[in-house]
Amino acid sequence: MAKNKIIVVGGGLSGLMATLKICEAGGEVDLFSYCPVKRSHSLCAQGGINACMDTKGEHDSIYEHFDDTVYGGDFLADQLAVKGMVEAAPKLIKMFDRMGVPFTRTPEGVLDLRNFGGQKNKRTCFAGSTTGQQLLYALDEQVRRWEVKGGVTKYEFWEFVKIFKDKNGVCRGIIAQSMNSMEIKAFKADVVILATGGPGQVFGRCTASTICNGSAVSAVYQQGAKIANPEFIQIHPTAIPGSDKNRLMSEACRGEGGRVWVYRDGKPWYFLEDMYPAYGNLVPRDVASRAIFKVCVHMDLGINHDRRVYLDLSHIPADYLERKLGGIIEIYTEFVGKDPRKVPMEIFPSVHYSMGGIYVDRKHFTNIPGLMASGECDHQYHGANRLGANSLLSAAYSGTVSGPEAMKWAKENVSKLCEITDAEIEAARKEVQDEYDKIRQMNGPENAHKLHQEMGEIMYEYVSIERDNNGLDICLGKLKEILKRWENIGVTDHGNWANQEAMFVRQLRNMIIYAMAITKSARSRDESRGAHAKIMLDENGKRIEKDGELQFYPRNDEKFMFTSVVSFDAATEEPVVTYEEFEHSLIKARPRNYAVAKKE
Amino acid sequence: MAEQKKTVKFIIERQDSPTSKPYTQEFEIPYRPALNVVASLMEIQKNPVTTDGKKVAPVVWECNCLEKVCGACMMVINGRARQACCALIDELEQPIRLQPARTFPVIRDLLIDRSVMFESLKRVQAWVEVDGSWEVKDAPIQNPYTATTAYEISHCMTCGCCLEACPNVGPQSDFIGASPSVQAYLFNLHPLGKFDKEKRLEALMGKGGITSCGNSQNCVEVCPKNIKLTTYLAQLNRDVNKQALKNIFNK
Repeated sequence: MAKNKIIVVGGGLSGLMATLKICEAGGEVDLFSYCPVKRSHSLCAQGGINACMDTKGEHDSIYEHFDDTVYGGDFLADQLAVKGMVEAAPKLIKMFDRMGVPFTRTPEGVLDLRNFGGQKNKRTCFAGSTTGQQLLYALDEQVRRWEVKGGVTKYEFWEFVKIFKDKNGVCRGIIAQSMNSMEIKAFKADVVILATGGPGQVFGRCTASTICNGSAVSAVYQQGAKIANPEFIQIHPTAIPGSDKNRLMSEACRGEGGRVWVYRDGKPWYFLEDMYPAYGNLVPRDVASRAIFKVCVHMDLGINHDRRVYLDLSHIPADYLERKLGGIIEIYTEFVGKDPRKVPMEIFPSVHYSMGGIYVDRKHFTNIPGLMASGECDHQYHGANRLGANSLLSAAYSGTVSGPEAMKWAKENVSKLCEITDAEIEAARKEVQDEYDKIRQMNGPENAHKLHQEMGEIMYEYVSIERDNNGLDICLGKLKEILKRWENIGVTDHGNWANQEAMFVRQLRNMIIYAMAITKSARSRDESRGAHAKIMLDENGKRIEKDGELQFYPRNDEKFMFTSVVSFDAATEEPVVTYEEFEHSLIKARPRNYAVAKKE
Repeated sequence: MAEQKKTVKFIIERQDSPTSKPYTQEFEIPYRPALNVVASLMEIQKNPVTTDGKKVAPVVWECNCLEKVCGACMMVINGRARQACCALIDELEQPIRLQPARTFPVIRDLLIDRSVMFESLKRVQAWVEVDGSWEVKDAPIQNPYTATTAYEISHCMTCGCCLEACPNVGPQSDFIGASPSVQAYLFNLHPLGKFDKEKRLEALMGKGGITSCGNSQNCVEVCPKNIKLTTYLAQLNRDVNKQALKNIFNK
C-alpha cells in the first residue's frame, strides 16, 4: 500500500514536530518553507518553555500550570486543549533533552528552572536566553535524519500560495511557487497542515521576523477557512524600539530579577511593583504593556518624555547575567551600543504574537476537511493573552497533535474521497499563474513597501495596546482604501527569476485582508479582556475619563466569553464576525487581578 | 544656509542570474541613527533608484530575524563576511561595498545558495540517534560544564561566514568547512550522541574532511557567534587521528 502523503507548510517548531510524528507513524512528508527550516522564526523565542518539572522544592503542579494559563488568558482559552498541553509539557522537555538541546543546568546537572510572568512557581526550562533557537535546531536535526532515511522531502525557498479543493470542498493539496525559478506547481497530498506562524508584519514594525506576514493564513481564509480571535494581539512589554524592527528583550530579564522603572519627582519609580504588589515585574504581558503605555503616554513620565522606560539588570552580578541571559545581552550591546550589565536598558512595548489564528478544533482540524493548522497560526491554547514561555510549548505540543491526527484522518478518509482530475488541478494552478503574471506587469504609481509601512502605522495606531470604536472604524475605512490602492502598485522588477518584489506584492494583499479581520473582530468585541483593551466613548465619541483615568469597558462574560469567529465574505472581501461556544467548564471564570495573589 | 542632509552611500555588486556577469550599482539613502545594512536595503526597496537616477529592480537578498540569530543575511560587507542586520552604518567606512559571499553559488544579487552546508550536516550525522519522539525514560544527567561548551557550539546558525573566510573552502579544495565539522564535535559531547562518535569521526576522515583544514584560523576571526572554532577543530583533529590509529590496529 502506498504511504500516506502529508504536506506540512512551515518548518518552525510546530511544523517540524508534526513532520517527525508523521514520519514515525509511517507517513511521508513534503515540507514547504520560505527559508531553510533552520532559519524559521521559532528561533527568536528567547526566555524558555514552561513545563511543570517541580525540581525547585516549590510543590509546583500541572494543575497550577493549567490554572495560570487559563487565568492568564482571561478565560478565553479552550480548557480541554490547555489541559492536554500542560499535561504533555514535562514529557516534551525530556524528549528535547534526549535530542541534545543544551538546556541550562544546575550544578548537579539537572535542568535549571526560572521564573516567568504570570506564574508564581519556577516552571520555565531554558537554554540561556536562546531557548527557541536550541529547540528548533533539535527538531531540525531530527527532521534532517528523516530526510536521509527517506521520509521527508524538503521544498525550501518555495512559497505556499493557495490550497486546492475537490468538488466536495475537501482540501487535496497546495499550489506553491519556487522563489528562485518562479515556477508555479501543484502538489497533491492526503492532508495539508499549515504551520506558518504569526502575522506580525501586518503591524509593520514588531518583534517578528520579516517572514512572519500571515499571508498563508489569509490565503486560506479567503478560500473559506475561518479565523478565530484575531483581535488578541500580544504586545510584549520589553523590546528595543528600532526603525527596521523592534528587538525583543526577553521576559527572562524580569524572571531573573530585572526591574522596570522611570523617574518620578527625581526618584526611580518601580511602577509595576507599586501597581501590582503581588506579581510586581512579573505580571503578564498585557498588564505590563498597558502599564508602561500609561506611564509614558498618559502620565508623560517616559525617559526624556519619550516612549521609553528603563529595564534594569545592572544590580545583578555580571557572571550570573552572562550565564542566564548572555544571548540577549549581546543583542542589546550589539544594536544599542550600551552594556546592560552596567546601565539600565531602554525599552518600550512592541507587537509580538497573535493569540488568534485559523479556527481549529482540539485535534487541529480547520473547517475545511483535509486542512489543518498548527502552531502560532492556529487560535488554540492562549485565549485572550499568552503567558511567556507558553508559546514554545504550544508550538511543539500542537505538532504532536496535528501530525498524528493528520495520519489518522488520512487512513480513514482517503479511500472515500472523490476523484480529482489533472484538469481540475491545472485550473487551480493556472489561476495562481495568471495572478502572478498580472502582478509582474503592475505599472501604477504606488510602491508596495511604502504601502506596507503605511498599513503597519495605521494598525499600530488604532489596533494595538489601547483601542476604541472610533479608531477601529477609522482603521477599517483606511484599510479598505489601502486595499484599493494595492491595485495601483507598480513593480520595477518585471523579470522571472528570484523576483522577491512580485512575491511581496502578493503577500501584501493577503496582509491587508488579514488586517481587516483583526480590526473588524476588535470592533465587534465591546469589552476588555486580556490583550484587547477598549476605552469607552461618550455619545459624542469622546473617550470617557473619570478622575483623570481613562475608562475601559469591563470584561463581559455573559456577552463575550465566546470565541470570535471570522469568515471572509467573498463578494465584499470583508470579514464577518460571529461568536461560538468553547470549553470552559473545568475552571470557573473569575475576575483577573494581579495586584493580589491568585485565588483558585 | 541649510545644513546638507546626511546620507549613506552604497556600492552594491549585483548579478541577475547564476550564470550572468556581475556588475555594480551605486545607491544613496538618507542617514538615520542606528541604521544597519538590512534596514538600508529596505530603504532601497522603497525607492529603487541609483545615484545616477536610474530606476532599477530592487536589490535581492535574504533576511529573516534581523537580530543575528537566523543566519540568513550573511554577505560580504566592505570585504568581510558578516551578518548584514547587525552591521551598523555608524561603524562602517563609506561608500559601503556589498557583495555576495562567492564561496557559494550566487542565485541573484546578494542571494546565495548555501545548501551545501546543510548537506554537510547530513554527512557528519549532526543529530542524536533517539529511538523516537515518544517518551522513553528520563534523559541522562549531564555535566554542566560540558553542557556549557555544547551550548556555545549550538549557537552556530549555519550562516557560512567561516566558509567564506576559509582559504580551503572553494573550488581549489574540498574542505566542508569549520561549521559542519564542529557540529560533529558538538554531538560527540552529548551523553547519547557520543554512542555514534566513531561514525562521525570516520565521516570526517575522507575527502574534504578535517585533514583539508589548513589551520589558517580565519574562521574563528569571522564567526559572528564567537564560537571557538579553531579550538574545537584541533580537538576534533586529535579525535580523528586517534580513531584512524585505532582503525589500523583493529584491521
